[in-house]
Amino acid sequence: MNDKLQLPNLDYAALSPMLILFGVACIGVLVEGFVPRRIRHGVQLSLSLLGLVAALVMVIRQGSKDDVVTAQTAVAIDGPGLFLSAAIIVLGIVSLLLIGERSLETGGAFVAQAAVTANTDADRDQAARTTGATEVFPLTMFALAGMLLFCTANDLLVMFVALEVFSLPLYLLCALARRRRLLSQEAALKYFLLGSFASAFFLFGIALIYGYAGQVDFKAIDTAIQNSANDDILLYVGLAMLAIGLLFKAAAVPFHVWTPDVYQGAPTPVTALMAACTKVAAFGGLLRLVYVGFHRTEWELQQVLGTVAVITMLVGAILAVTQTDIKRLLAYSSIANAGYLLLGVLSVSERGLSSSMFYLVAYGFTVLAAFAVVTLVRDADGEATHLSRWAGLGRRSPLYASLFTFILLAFAGLPLTSGFTAKFGIFAAAIDAGQTWLVIAGVVSSAILAFPYLRVVVMMWLSEPGETTPAVSIPGAMTAAALVIGTVATLVLGVAPSVLIEATEHAGIFVSK
Amino acid sequence: MEPIAYTAANGWLGTFWLLPAIPLASAAVLLLLGKRADRWGHWLGVLSVATSFVLGLTYFFTLRGLENRSGVELKLWDYIGVGDFKVDLGLLFDPLSAMFVLLITGVGSLIHLYAVGYMDHDPGRRKFFGYFNLFVAAMLLLVLGNNYVMLYFGWEGVGLASYLLISFWYLKPSAATAGKKAFLMNRVGDAGFAIAIFMMFAYLGTVDYAEVFNGVHKLSSGVVLVMALLLLLGAAGKSGQFPLQAWLPDAMEGPTPVSALIHAATMVTAGVYLIARSHPIFDANSTAQTVVVAVGALTLLMGCIIGAAKDDIKRVLAWSTVSQIGYMFLGVGLGGAAYALALIHLLAHGFFKAGMFLGAGSVMHGMHDQVDIRRFGGLWKYMKITWVTFGLGWLAIIGFPGLSGFFSKEPIIVAAFEREGWTAWLFGGAALLGAGLTAFYMTRLFWLTFHGPERWTDDIRHPHESPKIMTIPLILLALGSVGAGYLLSTSVPEWLTPVYGSEHTEHEPVMSHTVITILSLVMTFAGAGLAIALFNKGTALAEQPAGPLVVAARKNLYTDSFNEAVFEAPGRYLTRALVYIDNRGIDGLVNGLAAGVGGGSGRLRRAQTGFVRSYALSILGGAVLVVAAMLAVTFG
Repeated sequence: MNDKLQLPNLDYAALSPMLILFGVACIGVLVEGFVPRRIRHGVQLSLSLLGLVAALVMVIRQGSKDDVVTAQTAVAIDGPGLFLSAAIIVLGIVSLLLIGERSLETGGAFVAQAAVTANTDADRDQAARTTGATEVFPLTMFALAGMLLFCTANDLLVMFVALEVFSLPLYLLCALARRRRLLSQEAALKYFLLGSFASAFFLFGIALIYGYAGQVDFKAIDTAIQNSANDDILLYVGLAMLAIGLLFKAAAVPFHVWTPDVYQGAPTPVTALMAACTKVAAFGGLLRLVYVGFHRTEWELQQVLGTVAVITMLVGAILAVTQTDIKRLLAYSSIANAGYLLLGVLSVSERGLSSSMFYLVAYGFTVLAAFAVVTLVRDADGEATHLSRWAGLGRRSPLYASLFTFILLAFAGLPLTSGFTAKFGIFAAAIDAGQTWLVIAGVVSSAILAFPYLRVVVMMWLSEPGETTPAVSIPGAMTAAALVIGTVATLVLGVAPSVLIEATEHAGIFVSK
Repeated sequence: MEPIAYTAANGWLGTFWLLPAIPLASAAVLLLLGKRADRWGHWLGVLSVATSFVLGLTYFFTLRGLENRSGVELKLWDYIGVGDFKVDLGLLFDPLSAMFVLLITGVGSLIHLYAVGYMDHDPGRRKFFGYFNLFVAAMLLLVLGNNYVMLYFGWEGVGLASYLLISFWYLKPSAATAGKKAFLMNRVGDAGFAIAIFMMFAYLGTVDYAEVFNGVHKLSSGVVLVMALLLLLGAAGKSGQFPLQAWLPDAMEGPTPVSALIHAATMVTAGVYLIARSHPIFDANSTAQTVVVAVGALTLLMGCIIGAAKDDIKRVLAWSTVSQIGYMFLGVGLGGAAYALALIHLLAHGFFKAGMFLGAGSVMHGMHDQVDIRRFGGLWKYMKITWVTFGLGWLAIIGFPGLSGFFSKEPIIVAAFEREGWTAWLFGGAALLGAGLTAFYMTRLFWLTFHGPERWTDDIRHPHESPKIMTIPLILLALGSVGAGYLLSTSVPEWLTPVYGSEHTEHEPVMSHTVITILSLVMTFAGAGLAIALFNKGTALAEQPAGPLVVAARKNLYTDSFNEAVFEAPGRYLTRALVYIDNRGIDGLVNGLAAGVGGGSGRLRRAQTGFVRSYALSILGGAVLVVAAMLAVTFG
């Protein structure tokens, strides 16, 4: 028995993207301590952006190399892993533009001292004057780094650690809204409690699977499923528990209950970050879990998770119909989209993988653009998110109403937008995999979901602007950039999707070592 | 038959895409620049068509100089390329299209020039020239395409331009209605044409002329017959032939230059072009040819009979156009050598009918836009140029010896008698009778307009001759009516040899040529003489009671009533029924579903309480269900 601790062998080049992000996050914490408040925002913003760009460069450099499984078997840097990492980083850059925006509101969307009791004089005072917290930048970097790790985790324990690493900063970020902070803090607490609850399921699932397979890495689990003599109950209950933990993050019904409240309560840039990046991470992890570890239980998964997907698509769409708040509407739309993405996961095929990845990127850009517009429609009390306030926006601000119309049409999946190509890819993959019933539910859900989107369009263009219809604020350069990037990507991926489709196909399949 | 092949266009002929491109560019300039082009726009319009004409002449002579005159092709770009479904856009310049190019741009230039004067006082003159150029471009595309899809492009393009120009004075309800009528009736024909093209795709996998024509013999005769009849339906729609003739006379609501160029000289002959172009398809099925001949013969008689009962100068000319195109259909239906005869008549008709329409415009111009021939009379003294030019057109159309109609129409009548068996008597007789009737109604028109007592409305003192810009085109067209016939009758058949071949099996007509010619001249002089005798003293100013035939003719032989009873009324009931079903059935279903979804949404929403404890319960419940389901699926 060798009692010397065996240090794992680390491929630093392959791990460099997430190492850079973790490093930048740590430096960001130091910046909070040592850099004067006056220039802190600028320093933090440029540091984070530089870090993300550097990480992206490293991801792209790694893209031309072979698949690597490093840190023993804990992390798999393979084609899909790199693609998902790149997607998280790019969408993260755009989210960071929204997070860093300070011209829309004095001091930005975040409050300086969240601990000041909400709705007191001191709170109103700081809401009006003090510049916001710059801690959001290191928090965001930690979250993004955790997401990178989550997508590339090759065993269940690392996956769990990554899950917590990216969840904890998000809980904090949700609580930092400058306006309506009670709502924001309530949302954060709900998210934290329910998130912990779901994590517990995930952890319990890991324990059961360990009991079944005696190992926690995906390859070993796969081998165990073929020839383990243990009781299958352990396997299937464990698998169900793992799925519950991930479906919570992915916001599938009935584990979606936190989503509307959190989307509504969190500061809008953070909502955007969650809708775009968290979705990629959650589905990235789920894809790897299913495709590498549990593809031999494909049939059972298709029955159970297929039912979850159908319920998710239909409930998300139906609940969106009666929403009166734009952020809640987008939350339910995000829930329904989680259902569509489950179709890609359940196809368990190369085509399912590539179309899911395409969908994640396409949806991420569109949803970022949508929340960018939400940050712009505001009055003296902050964002005007109630839909009645959007009535007649087309008369007041035709440009932004047009952009938002385009984004909504993309959500609805009209041709010439990325929404169409993405949905088409997912549905085609599901048909190929013989999951016709899921596609039928998907199409019905899309039809229902078109109604709430078009209701907003009708409201913006065909209603007279009321007294309370706010004018759209002139966006700062960063929000404008985010809006343009999101909209252009939505258009380009709709008109000429082949570039990204080739990239998703080039990414190949998950490595299994 | 040896396979049809075209050579690639190179050298000077490689630029013949300019022909449609120039008027198209001019139309774009006129329509896009808007008011800024008002002052000079009409001259640009004239110049673009004239340039195309000059270019067309050079291409014509270049083609004539080639050793192989079968035609040159120009590939433009791939239009559709999806799997086996492939359409390349390309142009073809062969003897047939060259002839049409010269007709369209030549007569087109003269009419454009005339329109500068005619539309002088119209505030929309620039727009008019924009549409007019658009028409010329589309028409040139129609005759220059090297496949049926290109032909269809031009076909729809001229349909659009025709619609825009018929309802040019769209504030006038009758003009707007006439535009719609033309458009809708053309749709019927176009649908037939489109289906014919689909059939080519389905059975031959191509729409290129050369490949279609070379592949026709591989098809079963039933397919060829259906294809040919669908093409005929399209042709009948565009050319105002039975049963789709009703729109053409109404189209006279447009400005007179439009009637002259589009609804007399060029667009309405597109149907003849279509059949002449598709000759291998029609040659391959004699039943189809007989149908074409029958349509032509029936229409030519209908046109004559209705034309004899009309009092509107443009309507009479319009029905005369219907009837003359009937002769052309008769010709192309006969096949063989008669293709060239029909095309000669088409060219000659282009000259004399355009001239007469412009003459009618000149008369209206001098008579305060009066169109009723009962209110004309004695105009020969006041409008000498119009009188002489119109008179030459009149003599040409009735087939007076020496003028173009004599050289172009007589041979068609003879050819009709060359058919075998009783059909020779039937169709030959119809053509012969048509000649007499034509002489009657055209003489009636001419005499009532220019001769006899003056029956003007009170507000007219001195009818005046039109300005030079209008009379010069009249004179040039009249020269064409006089000279063209003889020149064409010898040169055209030879020019068209590469298209239709030179050897034709000749049947002996059932009567000798001389007898037929004498008979037809007798008919002509009898018709004309009768008309002069009846109308030399003028006519009543109001409509008189008449026998059943005249009443029927005045009502367009009840064809409009027929359309109304058989198509319009059931169509109206059908739309009403559909609206009813839509309101009650479909909307009910949709609204019910929507209400269901909305209600469900409202109910589901209540589950979203905002309490963490109920959320956690929901997650727990979900977890239990998922685990249970997983176990049930696995072990159940």
